[in-house]
Amino acid sequence: MNHSNWEAVIGLEIHVQLSTNSKIFSASSTAFGAEPNDQANEIDLGLPGTLPAVNSGIFPKAIAFGICIDANISKTSRFDRKNYFYPDLPKGYQITQMEIPIVTNGKIEIKPITGGSKTIRINRAHLEEDAGKSIHGLIPNMTGIDLNRAGIPLLEIVSEPDMRNAEEAEIYAKSIHQLVTYLSISDGNMAEGSFRCDANVSVRNRGETVLGVRTETKNINSFKFLKNAINYEIDRQITILESGAKVEQETRLYDSVKNETRPMRSKETATDYRYFPEPDLLPVVLDEAYIEEIRLTLPELPTQKKDRYSQDYDLNEEEVFFLSNDLDLAEYFEECVRLTGDAKQSANWLKGEMASRLSKHEITIREAPVSANNLSRIIIRIADGTISSKIGKKIFSAIWENNGMEVDHLIEEKNLSQVSDENELQMIVSEIIRNNPKQVKQFLDGKGKLLGYFVGLVMKETSGKANPKQLNELILKRLNSEKKTSP
Amino acid sequence: MLDQTLTEQLTSLKNGDYSSYELTDAYIKNIEKHRDLNCYISLNEKALEEAKRADLLRSKKEMKPLLGIPIAHKDIFCENEVKTTAGSKMLENFLSPYDATVVSKLREAGAVSIGKTNMDEFAMGSSNETSFFGPVKNPWDESRVPGGSSGGSAAAVSARLCSAATGTDTGGSIRQPASFCGITGLKPTYGRVSRWGMIAYASSLDQAGPMAISAEDCAIILREMSGYDEKDSTSSKLQVADYTSLISKPIDRVKIGIFRPLMEDLDTRVGKLLEETIRELEKNGVSFVEIELPNFGFAIPAYYVIAPAECSANLSRYDGVRFGYRCDNPIDLKDLYQRSRTEGLGREVKNRIMAGTFALTAGYYDAYYNKAQQVRRLIKNDFVEAFKKVDAIIAPTTPSAAFRLGEKSNRQKEMYLQDIYTTSANLAGLPALSMPAGFLNNLPIGAQLIGNYFDERLILSIAHLYQTQTDWHLTRPGKKE
Repeated sequence: MNHSNWEAVIGLEIHVQLSTNSKIFSASSTAFGAEPNDQANEIDLGLPGTLPAVNSGIFPKAIAFGICIDANISKTSRFDRKNYFYPDLPKGYQITQMEIPIVTNGKIEIKPITGGSKTIRINRAHLEEDAGKSIHGLIPNMTGIDLNRAGIPLLEIVSEPDMRNAEEAEIYAKSIHQLVTYLSISDGNMAEGSFRCDANVSVRNRGETVLGVRTETKNINSFKFLKNAINYEIDRQITILESGAKVEQETRLYDSVKNETRPMRSKETATDYRYFPEPDLLPVVLDEAYIEEIRLTLPELPTQKKDRYSQDYDLNEEEVFFLSNDLDLAEYFEECVRLTGDAKQSANWLKGEMASRLSKHEITIREAPVSANNLSRIIIRIADGTISSKIGKKIFSAIWENNGMEVDHLIEEKNLSQVSDENELQMIVSEIIRNNPKQVKQFLDGKGKLLGYFVGLVMKETSGKANPKQLNELILKRLNSEKKTSP
Repeated sequence: MLDQTLTEQLTSLKNGDYSSYELTDAYIKNIEKHRDLNCYISLNEKALEEAKRADLLRSKKEMKPLLGIPIAHKDIFCENEVKTTAGSKMLENFLSPYDATVVSKLREAGAVSIGKTNMDEFAMGSSNETSFFGPVKNPWDESRVPGGSSGGSAAAVSARLCSAATGTDTGGSIRQPASFCGITGLKPTYGRVSRWGMIAYASSLDQAGPMAISAEDCAIILREMSGYDEKDSTSSKLQVADYTSLISKPIDRVKIGIFRPLMEDLDTRVGKLLEETIRELEKNGVSFVEIELPNFGFAIPAYYVIAPAECSANLSRYDGVRFGYRCDNPIDLKDLYQRSRTEGLGREVKNRIMAGTFALTAGYYDAYYNKAQQVRRLIKNDFVEAFKKVDAIIAPTTPSAAFRLGEKSNRQKEMYLQDIYTTSANLAGLPALSMPAGFLNNLPIGAQLIGNYFDERLILSIAHLYQTQTDWHLTRPGKKE
């Protein structure tokens, strides 16, 4: 397979769950993890005579997103019915926005790792309700239906086919994820299904302008899977085309265990959704003042945050990117800066100790057992000389393992504060110099590296609690005085 | 007491002439006696209890506008603890966990819920013959239909099996049976009454309204059932007028429009009755002018595209999965869907689902659904223009008096043409009522008044004026009492 002759064309449809307490058309709770059907009322069940009533909380979220992707916000948009039969679709139709979506013609800049930047056009973002979930295998010979998800508000973001490889698609998806979490319009929790991607992939000869036959791989819920699924699809399609066969237009599913995609349904059985305007709901009419108010109250966006970090703090580009990339981490960082007044040290700790722990345990900053408050105490105690940075790391580790401990309490309880009492240190130093005459002579004869040997002995004697800076000075002073007294 | 109108009964209850318990009991006995009319699908077993409670409230001077009045609900309104079938095998045993807003509002107004009336399946029909529970018979002639789809409600009011009833009107389903049964029935402006809990046929056309002996009775029920409901986004926030106190106020210089071509196509005997109605109103100071409604003739085709299209989606939820009829031993999902729907839904309903599905299919959508919506806008514009010149419009309600059972059941087009004078008010969303206007061969027939948006008051006032001069509405069927 020679990839260089081929070009992949990729577009993504991303379903973002909007953060609302109640569903898009009913008062049922949207909280994750309830018992099946505990959060499904008569509207979600589609009982006869029930009617949808829009949760107006969804509009400012969709509008904020539209503003941030520089899109057109429809002054009048409309809901439509999308008709199809499926057991987890209670009404036999999904309420969505087909004809006139609330957000159209936007774009977003992505920054590929290889450098530079690329604009991905966003065709539309529309509001719709989620379907329920079919549960297989729980009840023998039966399929269970859980309608807790039915009616969860979604914003479906549809890109143009502007991406040319899996990496670009991954970065685009991450950029959208970053934006929706920054805007707090979604929690972006991929494991809970709050952020799901469908990838439209086709392949054509390089230089060709007509699009190839595409496949749609549905419901991918991690960035890694997205990249893998697209790469698998590209390879599969190239293999088919090189063999002289044709790619089938179809919907496929990604199997993350086998790392492959496989057909879900083919074009032959493709449904005619028979869209028509939803007669139970009024058109969504927005006035300019309302949109403007949302524009004026937008939170700080990723690029604005980056600029501010570079300007206000003494941080390098890599640190700025690392800290601002994820909103949760950025908020953690800002809390540390607020408490310690030391951006550099806060950044160092997050990029070093914190990052390695998080990746080791595969958790997010939100789940970290060491709070911003605790990390800040550690940084403060190091800065004021109470503890060494080595002890600081020990404390960090202790808190990580025994969630909920308090830094100052720990320092006191475990007697971890540094020995900074000069008299006490002097006594220890004198004793060590007395007991090592050979090494003292060697030092005085010019073997300066032996300074570390003496420091190490004192540290051992004090269980590492000596203030290193103070100790260095003391030992040097003491050795130099030996020089003067020696014949 | 069963001879009285609802308005008169309220006075009698107030004067202590009889109790709500006695009144309710009398209706229950009369229902028993007229079981053959098949007006009710189910009776509320707690009706007498509710009546007792109403009497108790009255004794404590806790007054409500409809306190102790037995009202029947068309079986399309969900009512907790009473079956709600929509006249279908699909919902033969359906128990709703909630009340329709119409049901709860009338209950709050003090009404006693006496039972659920028979209807065409899912409100699709003009003769009550599509009901899974068998046809209702016209109290004036039991070999004839009561009209539909609110045929059970119309026949029940006419036979004095309740003080008044609720109905729904999608293309004429309140007005046509009101005409056939000799009662007064009003379809309000679209959005005047909440549709919450009212089983949907065609959502953009469906509207609930009152069916009673007189316009005065309709006015009081309408006042209590109307109003904004946050559960129905299409309900209007416009304040509800006090139709009851306004109805007897003198109406000055009222101008009613007549659309002549409509009268020319009409059965001459029906036309003659309508002319007499016009003369009667003229005697009472109402003037008449001719108006143009150029697109009136397109109402039926537009209606029979839009209503089936909406119904094809509205009825998708009856799939045998969560509630309602489910076929025995389905072999797979497709079989479950196909057989549950094939066995659970009647022929007319399936016809309309198929027609609507076709109209929405890619490739046909523009030619049918879109075209019908354009026609709908034209019809609406015609009315808007007409109401710049007139205050109301008069028209026949039905092309004829009640036809015989079975007469049109295999003549679909003739059946659909029953709605020829009524559907345009639904397409335009205008209020319209039918009032008894005379008899043809001892069968009652109604005249229709169409009002401007949210001006139910005026057409009720005109009908009330007419009913102070005539007694067609007070004439009772048969001598079988």
